[in-house]
Amino acid sequence: MSLVAAAADTTVQLSGGETVVFWVLGPLALAGALGMVFSRNAVHSALWLVTTMLCLGVFYVVQEAPFLGAVQIIVYTGAIMILFLFVLMLVGRDSSDSVVETLRGQRIAATVLGVGFAALVGAGIARATQDLPVIGLAGAQAEGNIPAVSELLFTKYLLAFEVTSALLITAAVGAMILAHIEREPGTRRTQKELSRARFLTDRPQTHPGPGVFARANSVAAPALRPDGSLAESSFATGTEVQLPDQMPRPTGREQLGSPDAALGTTDGTPSGIPGRQS
Amino acid sequence: MTVLATANQPTLEDFGHDVWWIVLIKVVGIFAVLVLLTLFAIVFERKVVARMQQRIGPNRVGPRGYLQSLADGLKLAFKEDIMPALADKPVYFLAPVIACIPAFVAFSVIPLGPTVSIFGERTPLQLTDAPIGVLVILACSAMGVYGIVLAGWASGSTYPLLGGLRSAAQMVSYEIAMGLSIVAVFLYSGSMSTSEIVAAQADGNQLSFFGWEFTGPSWFAVLLPVSFVIYVIAVVGETNRAPFDLAEAESELVGGFHTEYSSLKFALFFLAEYINMVTVSALAATLFLGGWRAPWPISIWDGANTGWWPLLWFFLKVVVALFIFIWLRGTLPRLRYDQFMHFGWKVLVPVALVWILVVATMRTVAREAELSTGEVALYVGLPIAVLVLLGLFLAGRVAQRDTRLAAAEAAAGSNHPTQPEVEVLPAAGPRHRPTTGPSRAEGGFPIPPMDLKVPPSPRLRGREPVAPSGGVVGTGRRGSTSTLQEDGDV
Repeated sequence: MSLVAAAADTTVQLSGGETVVFWVLGPLALAGALGMVFSRNAVHSALWLVTTMLCLGVFYVVQEAPFLGAVQIIVYTGAIMILFLFVLMLVGRDSSDSVVETLRGQRIAATVLGVGFAALVGAGIARATQDLPVIGLAGAQAEGNIPAVSELLFTKYLLAFEVTSALLITAAVGAMILAHIEREPGTRRTQKELSRARFLTDRPQTHPGPGVFARANSVAAPALRPDGSLAESSFATGTEVQLPDQMPRPTGREQLGSPDAALGTTDGTPSGIPGRQS
Repeated sequence: MTVLATANQPTLEDFGHDVWWIVLIKVVGIFAVLVLLTLFAIVFERKVVARMQQRIGPNRVGPRGYLQSLADGLKLAFKEDIMPALADKPVYFLAPVIACIPAFVAFSVIPLGPTVSIFGERTPLQLTDAPIGVLVILACSAMGVYGIVLAGWASGSTYPLLGGLRSAAQMVSYEIAMGLSIVAVFLYSGSMSTSEIVAAQADGNQLSFFGWEFTGPSWFAVLLPVSFVIYVIAVVGETNRAPFDLAEAESELVGGFHTEYSSLKFALFFLAEYINMVTVSALAATLFLGGWRAPWPISIWDGANTGWWPLLWFFLKVVVALFIFIWLRGTLPRLRYDQFMHFGWKVLVPVALVWILVVATMRTVAREAELSTGEVALYVGLPIAVLVLLGLFLAGRVAQRDTRLAAAEAAAGSNHPTQPEVEVLPAAGPRHRPTTGPSRAEGGFPIPPMDLKVPPSPRLRGREPVAPSGGVVGTGRRGSTSTLQEDGDV
């Protein structure tokens, strides 16, 4: 609101709050950009970029473009960067950048050119906007920011808007076609059919996993039935059945003693169990 | 429509002029309300789910167990903070904070009440508002995804990573359906600011139905039922709640993204989840259920929408919405992941798009034909809604025909879905079903035995069984005296 009032007398007068926001978030946005470039880890790079994008979103809001700011945060930071992260996580967390240069002098050249480009663009914009009077904001969005944006989008820039959306849809459809696997309809049974077929067999339940009741969790170790025999349905395909050593099986009451004795001793005999008093 | 809007209805110009201590009071107040609502919601959820499962629920700490979540929170704060060896330390540390902050920020644009007087200052019961009010909430929920995704990634372990990836895909997809469901509300209210959306639901539409004059409903839940239903479904997916809690599916992913977290960091995730629930409930109340305005029978009383009373109506609506969240969790089984995504992208999003088209068309027709909104809803909306519901009902019956017939046969004793003629086997044991029918062991659907008798618990040795037949079998408590107390305990 204060900016609108200031625009009336055609001089740039930043309100106190706006200055504070700029000097807090400006360095943060710059740090985010630098951190993105210098991070070794790809996910850390993405996070630094998120910081910069968030700062930009707040800048838009401060500069009387709240809709643009919200869209920046929702679409770019919220959706697109999340998809980036999604891909980076699938790549694996140890995929840090290699420090070996494949082209000699590439790093120095990139630094010099980057700094030069930034200086050129920065100086150009600074010169162009120096002492530039800011006028017409109140007139441009007389009924508020959102109606003004929507009116421009659906009148003056309608063609560009529609063409952009067509481009995006084409890209999405193209990606889907590339990733799509053609399957004859009916070649794959649905879950309902599979379930029904399974219940018509002798064995509706799942096969026992390897190593049930056994002393090894290897795929090769078959499951044991409660009586100690091998469960043939749990034999793994492609491997030899391996039988781990079995524990000596208690044969009866004499070996186990009373139920209390099976749990341990009650008097002070030496014990190997840590924490038990000897 | 806004002619009758009362004088204490805040407009956008009323925000941004508060004294600093009013702002401070509002900020601290919102923080306190959110934390208290979280504590309440956890106990409430455990009690309600327990009731639905014929258990007692927490009943030890505080009066009737209502301080249980406070005790749990204190316990969590004093637990050991474990940093996994493979964790990415800065991100692992930041993730719960990133999950928590947007959850708190989102509530700042929720209108809790009209303009009231706080220590002599007239101020709206809302921290702030903006022309993009609802978009702020959407942006905050978009930021909240980062907390979960980064927690899953930074833990350096498989199950959290899978949980994080699932929740990222899930929240991004359901955010689309949620955003689209809100568009129709924007169209009707002509604004994205939360306080103006509440103002747009202030007064009912004057309708005349063949000479019979009455005031129609003004809530967008009634005027835009499809939007409301889509919103309700989408926010359950958005907040990772059952039946859409695939990001933390216990049977598949241990705990999901927070498997490796402990102590206060885990508590922060818990806090964020429940605050998100409260926020989307509050947003549902604001966008669809009239905001802080009193519901119909109470709104006849003139004082209902003045002073501090609206705070009560607002929180009642929020608690009802929370109850529905809990009800869903207590009722529905978890969806399979592909079915869940299929539902979001192929059902919710297209329906939302078509609905926006319908709403826009109806508004254009209303403007051209100079009908009021209510008349359009009455003469066009209602017949179309009846037709669509009838069509859906018939389509559902046709699609489920096989299953229905099989179920009918199964109920009649022939439960073999593919072979109607099977050899007759004698049923094992005494049964209520006719013994001449085929046995259920023959194949077909697994049907639990109708005459199952649960043996008495061995703990109750030497006593009478608690429930001889047909009743509740046992509560797992020792002795039968305590079961008598439990009835009045919940």
